[in-house]
Amino acid sequence: MTKKILLMLTVITAWIVLLGVPASVADDALKVGAYGGYFKDSFDKHIFPDFTKETGIKIQSVAEPTGEAWLVQLEQAARAGQAPADVNMMSQTVMLRGQRTQLWTPYDLKEIPNHKYLLPQSINRYPDGRVSGIGAVGWYITLVSNTNVFKTAPSSWADMWKPDKKNSLGLLALVSNSFLLEITAKTFFGGCDILNSKDGILKVMNKLAELKPNVKLWYRDEGQFQQALQSGEIPMGQYYHDVAGLAAADGHPVRSTFPKEGGVYDSGSWAVSKASKKLKEAYIFINYMCRPEIQAKLSRKVGTAPTVKRDVTGLTDKEFSSVSSDIPPIIPRYDIYTGELSDWVNQKWTEMVTK
Amino acid sequence: MIGEKPKGLRAHLTLTYPALMLGIFFIVPFGLMAAVSFFHRQPGGFYIPGFELTNYKNLYTALFGRTLVFSLFVAGLSAAVCVSIGFPFTYFITRMKRRAQVVWLVLLMSVLSLSEVIVGFAWSLLLSRTAGLSNLFVWLGLMERAVAWYPGFMALLFGICYLAFPYTVLVLYPPLSRLDPALPEAAQTLGASPIRTFFTVVVGSLRNAIVAAFVMVFVFTLGAYLLPQILGRPRHWTLSVLITDAAIYQTNMPLSAAMAIFFMFVSLVLVALTMMIGKRKRIKTV
Repeated sequence: MTKKILLMLTVITAWIVLLGVPASVADDALKVGAYGGYFKDSFDKHIFPDFTKETGIKIQSVAEPTGEAWLVQLEQAARAGQAPADVNMMSQTVMLRGQRTQLWTPYDLKEIPNHKYLLPQSINRYPDGRVSGIGAVGWYITLVSNTNVFKTAPSSWADMWKPDKKNSLGLLALVSNSFLLEITAKTFFGGCDILNSKDGILKVMNKLAELKPNVKLWYRDEGQFQQALQSGEIPMGQYYHDVAGLAAADGHPVRSTFPKEGGVYDSGSWAVSKASKKLKEAYIFINYMCRPEIQAKLSRKVGTAPTVKRDVTGLTDKEFSSVSSDIPPIIPRYDIYTGELSDWVNQKWTEMVTK
Repeated sequence: MIGEKPKGLRAHLTLTYPALMLGIFFIVPFGLMAAVSFFHRQPGGFYIPGFELTNYKNLYTALFGRTLVFSLFVAGLSAAVCVSIGFPFTYFITRMKRRAQVVWLVLLMSVLSLSEVIVGFAWSLLLSRTAGLSNLFVWLGLMERAVAWYPGFMALLFGICYLAFPYTVLVLYPPLSRLDPALPEAAQTLGASPIRTFFTVVVGSLRNAIVAAFVMVFVFTLGAYLLPQILGRPRHWTLSVLITDAAIYQTNMPLSAAMAIFFMFVSLVLVALTMMIGKRKRIKTV
């Protein structure tokens, strides 16, 4: 009896120890992380099969949760020498946070010849100049509205402050992914320079606090807002231009508008965790993704803005304007959310929203 | 064997398995969290191992205090609502025929198969203006036009109680079904009204079960994370929401660990106090 139990315990212990051994050792596929749901599905359908056909490199796609949550997982895993995915699509805030802990493997640009097509801002660099990320896709946060409830499209972010919008907005809940500070600064304070000081940030937050009675939902997850937007329960708000476009194409009464102050331009970059052992394959993949025709395909099929120069993509004016706009975009102040001020800004933001 | 202390190596060995599992899946993760709560926070980055009390000092804000009090309040109120409805409800179930009891219990158990996410979204739909119950009332002529009953405090309380109610009944069912029917009968023979019997005899003799159910629901609802986001307004966000925001969205592990540990400590003290009050009253009545 005792022997049996001892044996059982040994087996269980061995099993637990074995679980800790990286499963990727035997696995030859390149693991690519993309935001779960619509993004990953589109990549699985339109991009990955063609890539495998051409290069022979198998791809296992990994569904990423929000960038911030994925960063925590990558960071913890890297401390244990593991990489849940080799190449990851990361938003800019998260890229910078990962840079602070040297999480990303620096690239040798010679291995990615197609980087010559990229827009200059599509190459992420460590402060010392090493390359940490390569632009994957760009996207816009715009003003969306339900066409049944609002017959005419709003024209300005300032429309959200109007009294007739009481209890009818859906906004992103966090300072670092809503970029509402930048939106407010651009709309009411003539630009983002006011965000250079703590006093300025507080002034902008006070202006934002006036908006609170109009907000029905502060959402952390897109799914929380999309259904309510489509049904008209929450008829207006900020949302992703590409996803809203897809919903409209599916016949839902939703429109996405670039306000006259501009949409918020954010983007995802390909980053390789320092724990990954697949750098060679990752270079081939990233180089493939930088090709102008692949970027054009993404714009047509997924609705994202290209990270390469427009003239090389071959997109028509109509195609380009459906994923982007001629109005100069609002560029997020990532430094606020990743620098020394970040904890203070988060604290003040939560106080403002929950008061 | 029952009631005896385990003797010999063999009896002790059977205990090693649960002890090992408890160690691996509870004590080690908890220890890690406790350790991280003393680590040094790198602003905008991650953390560096170390030992400092800064994270606990940073808890001293109006925001944290307000959220802590609200979280405890909403959990306490939900527990009170669940127990005060669940106790008479369970009592009536236990007085039914065996078959009817089974039907009721299976119905309640089926609610447990729903996740917090499904319950949250279902209630947000049912309480909405565009597709909600108020449309039904308009159709029946009870209301003039459809309104939204969420987000708000009542919607949140409703959602939490809906989730916690089956647990309440499950905790109360065994002691109530074991209650000797001779007790209320004797009271009624002696002239007490059914209502008086219920409050003095049934409630009185099951005070411990009530306290246990209250504590269970209280602890269960303290962890509410999704419902406050879906059914509540930002001022109804619980500490679990703030802890997740700090851990995930701000990568501030040390602060979120400190919040979680402090939250747990306060909850444990409250639970201990409740249990002590329950015990003392019992001694008095005996």
